Amino acid sequence: MLSRTAAALYWMSRYLERAENLARMLDVSYSLSLMPQDGSGDGLDELAMPLQITGTLEDYRNRHGALDAERLLHFFALDGDNPGSIFSCLRAARSNAHVVRGRISADMWENINATWLEMREIASQGLGGYGISAFCEWVKQRSHLYRGAAFGTSLRNDAFRFIRLGTYIERADNSLRLLDSRYEMLGEQAEEGSARDYYQWSALLRALSVFEAFSEIYRGAPDKRQVAELLILREDVPRSLRACLGEAALILASLPGENGRPAQRMAAELEARLRYTGIEEILATGLHAWLSECILHINHLAGAIHSAYLEAA
Amino acid sequence: MAREFYDEMYDGSGNCRSHYREFARWLAATPAEQLARRRQEADLLFHRAGITFTLYGDEQGTERLIPFDTIPRSIPAREWKTIEQGCIQRVKALNMFLADLYHEQRILKAGIIPAEQVLANDQYQLAMQGLDLHRDLYAHIAGVDLVRDGDGTYYVLEDNLRTPSGVSYMLEDRKMMMRLFPELFAAQRIAPIDHYPSLLLATLKSASAVDDPCVVVLTPGHFNSAYFEHAFLAREMGVELVEGADLFVRDEQVFMRTTAGPRRVDVIYRRLDDAFLDPLAFNPDSMLGVPGLLSAYRAGRVVLANAIGTGVADDKSIYPYVPEMIRFYLDEAPILANVPTWQCRKPAELSHVLAHLPELVVKETQGSGGYGMLVGPTASRAEIEAFRERLKANPAAYIAQPTLSLSTCPTFVEQGVAPRHIDLRPFVLSGRETRLVPGGLTRVALREGSLVVNSSQGGGTKDTWVVED
Repeated sequence: MLSRTAAALYWMSRYLERAENLARMLDVSYSLSLMPQDGSGDGLDELAMPLQITGTLEDYRNRHGALDAERLLHFFALDGDNPGSIFSCLRAARSNAHVVRGRISADMWENINATWLEMREIASQGLGGYGISAFCEWVKQRSHLYRGAAFGTSLRNDAFRFIRLGTYIERADNSLRLLDSRYEMLGEQAEEGSARDYYQWSALLRALSVFEAFSEIYRGAPDKRQVAELLILREDVPRSLRACLGEAALILASLPGENGRPAQRMAAELEARLRYTGIEEILATGLHAWLSECILHINHLAGAIHSAYLEAA
Repeated sequence: MAREFYDEMYDGSGNCRSHYREFARWLAATPAEQLARRRQEADLLFHRAGITFTLYGDEQGTERLIPFDTIPRSIPAREWKTIEQGCIQRVKALNMFLADLYHEQRILKAGIIPAEQVLANDQYQLAMQGLDLHRDLYAHIAGVDLVRDGDGTYYVLEDNLRTPSGVSYMLEDRKMMMRLFPELFAAQRIAPIDHYPSLLLATLKSASAVDDPCVVVLTPGHFNSAYFEHAFLAREMGVELVEGADLFVRDEQVFMRTTAGPRRVDVIYRRLDDAFLDPLAFNPDSMLGVPGLLSAYRAGRVVLANAIGTGVADDKSIYPYVPEMIRFYLDEAPILANVPTWQCRKPAELSHVLAHLPELVVKETQGSGGYGMLVGPTASRAEIEAFRERLKANPAAYIAQPTLSLSTCPTFVEQGVAPRHIDLRPFVLSGRETRLVPGGLTRVALREGSLVVNSSQGGGTKDTWVVED
């Protein structure tokens, strides 16, 4: 397959996955901003969190100055001039899909195209009328629909492998960032078992659609140790780091050609490292330090995938 | 000039021609609402499949549908035989002309075509001089535009030897007709055309001396007006659709960048003009081409279809000499007629043209797509005067022809069914042998009285049938 085609497929699905994760971030922050706060009580810190995670807070300050709830939400969700907004991700996904239109099923193309057309419609209305939660829900549902179309209609070939690879790399990165930011919000010396602790973790679990999974596995109120274990090490949780890297390593191993070896090795090493690590070791290193290092590793893996397949020769 | 039109369906006394009888019977028996419903269905299907083209100069870059008319253009098989033979003859002579021009130039030495007409032409490529091509083929894919005058005689209006387009509409129109009106195809024998992509692939493969060569389609990208067609042909042939950046040249060999590493490319069906092919050799600002492509080409390591420099043979200033070429190279009488042409570079002919502007069609020798032309009978006085000045300023850039009446074919319009003017573009493939699929693309000028059929000027298309009598 042409490297350019593979790149368009990979980025199409990365951008769609990113849009979904941004909606999840927004969802958790918005619901927590409505909770009684200990400090200033206006929930603005909470609303600024998604921007901080995505590294767009400075861009926001340069353009809009002081934090303002409505502007923050608009900037993060609908602003076409912010390359990190949900709007921009869906636009980028659609334009990548357009390039490879002949290589994806009609169902996939029509789904992505329709999502983009509806996104433009919503942006022209503004979030106020639509509702933040309803919007986040909509983004998630469109993403589910896309995935359903991809799994239900794609030929199982290299195109499908690059589509899935994009999804898992993006998801691994996003899950780690979400966990890291929630942990930072609580602070290292957070009081275990406090109400604030409970709401922070459960909002995160709900945003990642793993609240039910958590309850079934741990049967109790969430705390740092368990949440981190769930999101980093559990093989059976589809949004966990371990699950994402396991899939990515398998896909990479099945791709033809020899120039992919560095990427294949990196993915296998990362996967093995997670397989033989316990949560106690991670906490001993310090959760934030461990997560930061891991985000960097995933970044390197994405770089290796790029130079091996997507810009080859 | 008397304007008498030849109608494809009805003769002068209003009787239905024999090859249309079956269709006319069906049309009369089918309720109007049902026809309208099927036409809507066709629009919907074309839209959904994204069979569109992009209009240049339109700021939005909007994708538009080419209007599709459900009344077919029908050609009796014996008439087609003549057209087919005529097109093959013509394209053979044009290929021989190109081979001669880029080698010995016998036709120039024999004084049949003035040397300066050719050698000073922008489309003449010095880089091709002395280069041997496999099978001596230059125009592997040609589109010959034909029209019919008042008495029904076919005339060749122009030869398209660079990157003729429209074949995807020919194929999609047929698919659509068979889907909407299968009963028509059951009732009579209409020659099939869906094997065009496999003929094209065979033609492209036979253009290379390599065993089982790797073929690709090179497109300028998805902003190009004909991108749909490029993607369509690549998909139908099962070959890669590449952009310039997907290819690179190493040691005079062309490779494409794939996920499994570099892969050798032997034949490039390029839908990119000469000037954009290689920034090192031609237009240095081209972002669309492949640096070093020309050196690989000149080393004989890759085939370009069509070859570089074919534009010199389909230039409108060379067009008047095609009948001579046929006599010179093939020693045959031309089967298809040329439209009488005045060459404005000749002072005597220029003065004739200037005196008769309101009756003539004046074209730029290097124009295409219906841009930059004057249709005398339908132009306003001001337009004619403005054109007169342009013509006087640079006569060599123009030719003039009588306004052909162009045959008509019944067409669905808002008020019902009415005659509209049409042309015909058969696609001629030259490889191991020279062949065509029966028919071609029929374009129709949808505006009443209009003679301009180009899609960029509001033209539509019709399915084209070759019917066994």
